[in-house]
Amino acid sequence: MDMNTPATGNTRVSKASQSNLIASSDNRMHDFVLSDEERHEIEHEMTHYENPRAASIGALKTVQRRRGWVSDGAVIAISDVLGIPASDVEGVATFYSLIFRQPVGRHVVLVCDSSSCHLTGHDELRDAISGELGIGPGQTTEDDRFTLLPVCCLGACDRGPALMIDDDLHGPVEPNEVAALLERYS
Amino acid sequence: MSSHLFSTSTNGETHPLTYRLREDRGYVDLDEFEQKDGYEALRTTLRELSPDELIDNMKTANLRGRGGAGFSAGVKWSLTARGDDHPRGYIACNADEMEPGTFKDRLLLEETPHLLIEGMILAGYANNAYRGYIFLRSEYVLAAQRIERALAEARKAGILGSRVCDSDFDFDIFLHTGAGRYICGEETALINSLEGRRANPRSKPPFPGQSGAWGRPTVVNNVETLCNVPAIALRGGDWYQSLSGGRSDDGGTKLYGVSGRVKRPGLVEMPMGTTAGELLELAGGMRDGLELKTWLPGGGSTGFLLPEHLDLALDFDTIGGAGSRLGTGLLAVVAHNQSVVSLTRNLEDFFARESCGWCTPCRDGLPWAARILHALENGEGEEGDIELLESLASNIGPGKTFCAHAPGAAMPLETAIKHFRHEFEAGIRHRQREAHAEPIPVGSV
Ligand SMILES: Cc1cc2nc3c(=O)[nH]c(=O)nc-3n(C[C@H](O)[C@H](O)[C@H](O)COP(=O)(O)O)c2cc1C
Ligand code: SF4
Ligand code: FES
Repeated sequence: MDMNTPATGNTRVSKASQSNLIASSDNRMHDFVLSDEERHEIEHEMTHYENPRAASIGALKTVQRRRGWVSDGAVIAISDVLGIPASDVEGVATFYSLIFRQPVGRHVVLVCDSSSCHLTGHDELRDAISGELGIGPGQTTEDDRFTLLPVCCLGACDRGPALMIDDDLHGPVEPNEVAALLERYS
Repeated sequence: MSSHLFSTSTNGETHPLTYRLREDRGYVDLDEFEQKDGYEALRTTLRELSPDELIDNMKTANLRGRGGAGFSAGVKWSLTARGDDHPRGYIACNADEMEPGTFKDRLLLEETPHLLIEGMILAGYANNAYRGYIFLRSEYVLAAQRIERALAEARKAGILGSRVCDSDFDFDIFLHTGAGRYICGEETALINSLEGRRANPRSKPPFPGQSGAWGRPTVVNNVETLCNVPAIALRGGDWYQSLSGGRSDDGGTKLYGVSGRVKRPGLVEMPMGTTAGELLELAGGMRDGLELKTWLPGGGSTGFLLPEHLDLALDFDTIGGAGSRLGTGLLAVVAHNQSVVSLTRNLEDFFARESCGWCTPCRDGLPWAARILHALENGEGEEGDIELLESLASNIGPGKTFCAHAPGAAMPLETAIKHFRHEFEAGIRHRQREAHAEPIPVGSV
């Protein structure tokens, strides 16, 4: 992996979309509408803080939880609810590695690539997953089933090599267990 | 599934952090927590102690910050801007736990969130805060559910909100979950993130205790630090200090742990000053056929130590004196057949990727170091690479960058070269040809 690009790759995408956001008057971006549920969740989150801006990460997560990722239109809709510039929301969205500014698969596989997992067999695990799915870190399978991403130490070093699939923590995962594990996520 | 504990105890006098854990290692709910003296410290303190008396207790306890820097919690609290001239501020619990090799806060958050809540309310009382935030990393999904449940139970029981436990003190706590990025754990980056901004660190001074979140005094403490507070409030600073029983000047117990290729990786609450040798024994020793080559005492940003250091007390000053840092106190052990170059490359890849990009030595220096390490790992290093790594490490050391991220990256790099220079030399192309040596093995072995 090129060391200059963040591993999740979302900064690469966001550079393009940021210029879209600022330069474009493309009305299609405004087609995005937050559901009532999403709006209520964001407005409720705002009450936990001293000002609406602080709810921006929560708002991005609210949208992502339901839609899998955060589109340009969602960034603008969130900025409207929070009353802050879209470029600020975009700046936040692109900073955090677990906010996805491009579509991801139905299941996100986060493989811990930190030191203790390195010592307990991360490389073999990563290769087994890549082999099984036919994709490398930062990529999504053609059938949109899995996206594979590296992640910082999952705080499960005693169970390394560890990974998460969606909200589930797994570890230690042996390379020969990978196929059966992935099978559980359709 | 929870972390394995090497040993357990239900004695609150000796195991203030873990004595309430359930045998099935499930969630300790409010009823069970209160049956096991839970919130007793809070009720007693609100009735009998002034904030200053609580802070004095904390200072006597000599509880040093468990987030890795080891700053005395009591001293930190005594420096918080309090009083009529200052607005009431915040307690920010640092539950970002992403330091490579660190898995202790997860246990406390998943199993006894009420202990953290009690500690945070007490911290709020001492520091004149009116609100707490638990800054939790996004991947701790189970912890988030349990914390929300505990907060709801505490609010319903009048333990949070206006008139905490029928006193005149009001305090509430909210859970804030993150969205990735290791740098959020740096205390001023955490505050920016809490405010909904990019997690770049802020310059200090002003320190958060003077002006933090939304310009108000903000006390940032680690989960484990805060979980020690109720016992100190209830049993006193002298008792807490004496827990380390002459092994260390640092007070109390510590959630220590071991990961790597040992027989039984896991955690244990032991007196401050326990040795790595004792922990390694509790973990069953190295797996069959493996010998210990080197170890990190407390996360990726600490320095490598050797088998000869196994008898040192694992406390802040002793480990600092040996050229490393205690950090989070969770050992990562490296076996004789594992490559230190490869592990160092892995660590520097991590630090390079997680740099927030604010200052040049860190943003540009770390990827540079990582590239050289990749080359050395693959037996493609050039003459002068090791010296270059040394100079890069000294240029990102303490005082040369905006925050402690880059100095944290420098420490394993410098100590790896110091102790294992021959492994790095073996990665230089030219030398290999001269020696007609086989290329060194790559990967994690
Ligand atoms: C890059 C970086 C990451 C950090 N990550 C954490 C973390 O995840 N958890 C934590 O408690 N402290 C972390 N710290 C230390 C905090 O800045 C701060 O010292 C600590 O939260 C203070 O709490 P304590 O005094 O109770 O330890 C980190 C520091 C740096 C420089
Ligand atoms: S040292 Fe690194 S992480 Fe810290 S402010 Fe500078 S660039 Fe950001
Ligand atoms: S290093 Fe992988 S879970 Fe900690």
